[in-house]
Amino acid sequence: MIRFRVNGKAARAGGSRLRRLSDVLREDLRLTGTKVGCDAGDCGSCSVLVDGVLVNACTVPLGRLEGSEVTTVEGLADGDTLGSLQRSFLHHGAAQCGICTPGMLMAASALLREHPRPSVRQVEDALGGVLCRCTGYRMIVDAVVAASDFEQLAADPPPGKAVGARVVRVDGIPKLTGTDAFGDDAPPPGALLIRVVRSPHHRARFDIGDVEGYVAAHDGVIAVFVAADVPGRNRFGVIPRFVDQPVFAELETRHRGEPVAMVVGDPESISHLDLDRFPIVWHELEPMMSPDDSLAPGAPVLHQGRHQNVLVRGLVQRGALAEAFAGSDAVIEASYSTPSIEHAYIEPEAGHAKRIGDRLEITVTTQTPHLDRTEIAAIMGLDPEAVIIRPSAVGGGFGSKLDLSVQPFLAIAAWHLDRTVRIVYTRPESMMSTTKRHPSQISVRVGATSDGMLTAMEFSGRFDTGAYASWGPTVANRAPVHAGGPYSYQAYRATTVAVHTNQPPSGAFRGFGVPQSAIAQEGIFDELADALGEDRLDFRIKNALTAGRPTLTGQVFESGVGFKECLEVLRPHWDRALYQSAEFDRSHSRRRQGVGVAGMWYGCGNTGLANPSTIKIGVSPAARVVLFQGAVDIGQGANTVMSQICADALGVEIGVIDQIGADTDTTPDAGKTSASRQTFISGNAVFAASLKLRSVLLTMAQASESGRLEFGAGRVLVYDRGEVVEIDLASLDIDDDGLVVVATGSFDPITTGLDENGQGSPYAIYGFGAQMVELVVDLDLGTVELLKITAAHDVGRAVNPTLVEGQIHGGIAQGIGMALMEEYLPGRSENLHDYLIPTFGDVPEIATILIESDDPLGPYGAKGVGEHTLVATAPAILNAIRHAIGVPVRHLPASPGRVLEAIRSR
Amino acid sequence: MRVRYGSVRYATPTTLAEALELMVEPDMTAIAGGTDFYPGRVGNLQEGPVLDLGGLSELRGIEVSATQIRIGALTTWSEIAGKDLPDGCRALQQAAVTVGGWQIQNAGTIGGNLCNSSPAADGVPPLLVVDAAVDLASASGVRQMPLQDFLLDYRRTALRPDELLTAVTIPRHGAEGRSWFLKLGSRRYLVISVVMVGARLVAAGDGTITEARVAVGACSPVARRLVALERDLVGVDVEAASAVVDDRHLEMLTPIEDVRASAGYRRDAARVLVQRALDRCAVPA
Repeated sequence: MIRFRVNGKAARAGGSRLRRLSDVLREDLRLTGTKVGCDAGDCGSCSVLVDGVLVNACTVPLGRLEGSEVTTVEGLADGDTLGSLQRSFLHHGAAQCGICTPGMLMAASALLREHPRPSVRQVEDALGGVLCRCTGYRMIVDAVVAASDFEQLAADPPPGKAVGARVVRVDGIPKLTGTDAFGDDAPPPGALLIRVVRSPHHRARFDIGDVEGYVAAHDGVIAVFVAADVPGRNRFGVIPRFVDQPVFAELETRHRGEPVAMVVGDPESISHLDLDRFPIVWHELEPMMSPDDSLAPGAPVLHQGRHQNVLVRGLVQRGALAEAFAGSDAVIEASYSTPSIEHAYIEPEAGHAKRIGDRLEITVTTQTPHLDRTEIAAIMGLDPEAVIIRPSAVGGGFGSKLDLSVQPFLAIAAWHLDRTVRIVYTRPESMMSTTKRHPSQISVRVGATSDGMLTAMEFSGRFDTGAYASWGPTVANRAPVHAGGPYSYQAYRATTVAVHTNQPPSGAFRGFGVPQSAIAQEGIFDELADALGEDRLDFRIKNALTAGRPTLTGQVFESGVGFKECLEVLRPHWDRALYQSAEFDRSHSRRRQGVGVAGMWYGCGNTGLANPSTIKIGVSPAARVVLFQGAVDIGQGANTVMSQICADALGVEIGVIDQIGADTDTTPDAGKTSASRQTFISGNAVFAASLKLRSVLLTMAQASESGRLEFGAGRVLVYDRGEVVEIDLASLDIDDDGLVVVATGSFDPITTGLDENGQGSPYAIYGFGAQMVELVVDLDLGTVELLKITAAHDVGRAVNPTLVEGQIHGGIAQGIGMALMEEYLPGRSENLHDYLIPTFGDVPEIATILIESDDPLGPYGAKGVGEHTLVATAPAILNAIRHAIGVPVRHLPASPGRVLEAIRSR
Repeated sequence: MRVRYGSVRYATPTTLAEALELMVEPDMTAIAGGTDFYPGRVGNLQEGPVLDLGGLSELRGIEVSATQIRIGALTTWSEIAGKDLPDGCRALQQAAVTVGGWQIQNAGTIGGNLCNSSPAADGVPPLLVVDAAVDLASASGVRQMPLQDFLLDYRRTALRPDELLTAVTIPRHGAEGRSWFLKLGSRRYLVISVVMVGARLVAAGDGTITEARVAVGACSPVARRLVALERDLVGVDVEAASAVVDDRHLEMLTPIEDVRASAGYRRDAARVLVQRALDRCAVPA
């Protein structure tokens, strides 16, 4: 036994002395506030203090701790009473999903001991060893700089004033005290551990050897399961027509990291089992690593029936293309490419499960509990009602946690063994096996007349959809709807094709193909504007889509199109930035300052498909409002936004609302947290349910529509026309949920499918935005230093400006990564030091400008914003680089090497 | 036979003598800061015997004497960054604050960095430019060798299996003059370098260079000194140092293409960084 102290209390732990401190804290002491994101010192989320020194707990051996004093995030607060640093985090919106927050807090507290009033640079240096994928870092910097002087959080807004207020995250406190339970934070005691045997090759056949012998030879190994052990259908997929992915490969693995078997056993024995010794013989096959390979004549077909490895094609066209090009004074064409991009949320996939008779209960980190339930039921051969999915707190998703990952393994092991089981992916496992952003190859041609008016655009996009379908059809359909951008043309034609390869499956990633197409479209706009002698911002303003004009699919909006305002509001910033860049260039010979702008749009919700959300709200006998919040909060803030909408629609204070999570057994289906749909669609469902509940309560009190509700002290009071009526909750029947009054509301936006030309009304609303980037390029090294990003977004109405700004910052940070550094290479960048995401120093000052166009369909006028924020960033950066160096970089990432190559090509 | 996992021999000596006796055991792996040990064992902690050096306080700390600067092998990067050292060691201190993040700098040690022998080890170029030597101890005695002889090849050193690197020594003359360190990567923090450069110039009162050291990391299996350039710099005015650099001086580098950069880019960037580092050495502190 090693004896030490944690947060002032005596602690001890045994087992191998090599065990990581992070493991000891989490497993032995149940202090799961210390998170594990990589086990390799790359992400800093396990930061703790050992004898007052900040270290990554994943690199500290237990054997070294004798007599040490360890401080973890649990030692920072006094119960739920937050310290000033934590309050400052909450106020500044510095915690989104919360998975990196404990690491941030520990690094910040170490800094504040030395420098109680740190500078921005000191904060960046001190916290630079902790990665965050949600916030874009700037709000964290603000929170730490202000921490020492931070006093009290603002009080909640009065009834009716929640929408539009900077309400602090309603689920924020557990994220700041380390008590929020993410996928691997609350496994039941005694749970068996699952480890997955995966293909080391991009494509291979295999023979599994003596499994029984293997089980017998290894202490603690209880069972091994393979494809034959899948009780139902050994196939899953998010789109019913394209269910093609096996839980365990049967004959051939189609990507590196594909599962072939799982080993289940006692955690202590198998957590470090060397899976390379699993009895399997691999026969490597020639892989197809790009669409060039898999479209080549004679290439093997990965999925029967998908001729030439084509999964699906997309088309949107309107107008007479040839004529429009013929009538153009300038036509420019070019090709672009973007690589595979990893979501790199800091929380790896994790969960636990148990069998209860003939039912299965799975707790898991997910963006879509009801879809998980449907898919697991098919895999298990069970009715959907026999499966319960309980979402844990989600440590970032960005689209990838819409697909199954650990769920089938948990289900199969729990079912067969009738034991509680758990699983957590290692970082390399998470990176090699889960979905990616589609790599793209895009050709684009665009024309305009000499007066700067767009005529025609032709777009052709080839998307590498990887080994399995996942969301490939969605990307192939969404991209052509958006690929021309929010601009008006005489004619437009966009074709896409999603092609299988032996890359990991490409799926959903913040923007579903739109960020890739925007890079091409916004990039070529700058070249066209220059060719015409047009100011690049003016050119966009001139051609901007406005209300009353048809979109690329012929849809006409009468209001809620705030794109032009987003561009126009940038005008003074644009003029200033251009002036400053010219000044800079006059005084520097080997550095150039550039300015770029890009516009964007993004349809909220599924593309031309039904898209319903249902929300239930009730009243408990204790006079609390209970919101069954099925819109999973993956850090973006749905828990808070739904509370704000609920509070205002009921006319009550936000503090009287309690939430029940998105458990599939008790909470109605609010649909996926994807496609920037929750604020718009579930927000409307909350609004409808709240109005119904209010109406029921008013009726009970025989009050008029203008009556006012007051919840508190075990009673509901209704004030109306100078009278007060108390609703006697005790006299009402209590239902199975423990509620006395219940109302349900649903919303499904009206859309139409696309016709054979891709014409129709695929989305009920679009959000719009424009971002401007200022940067400096080093002409000798090709390095890019970002100076400032100014982001204007039409969000309809900002239900919570702090959360909206948080989405903008976070989307920008991911856009920066996409533009400058990110490229996933299977087998080569399967960790967070070879796969680079932006750090504290890589996200510059961000100025946000919120345009509130008051959408007629949005709840209180609000639109979605989650994905919109990323789309314009990379093209604006690339346009600024081109402005700085005079030549475009059309292939991502614009790494220093690529930029230098472009400079030399001048 | 049933295979047992997770039970490894784990030794925690408190004196160097004890540690050296244990190093005689075959397959013994020594852990200093743990910041390279654990990342190499994600999901698969090793089974072999481990020697935890954490208790050897005698290997920690920096002694500055009239003849040399002696840095104990277990001295962390944070300790190196925080110590008052002569200008010639500035490159080393600049490198110290670019090793990983603050957490890594607090745990990672100079000895571990050298023994791990990555081509991108941040400590190596700045130590090469101060003519550093390493002390290698075993139960049969201590031997000292120049750092450049210690680093043999890609992840290969002259350390015998029974030896521990106990100290890095910098002769006082090695700490003379001004030094500078530059590290290039694709992001600001947590950078594994694409190229890094350490440079040190000693100049006479009139500005004439009397001694020059330039080393480049991440462009060859082990970081290399640019000896021809060092020779050509002697006798040149410090302000003109960077103008001396030409492609010939970098011919000995053998950069490779990897996930971080192409070979050609590394070579180009190395030249730029060498010139910039030399320019910085010319600027008074």
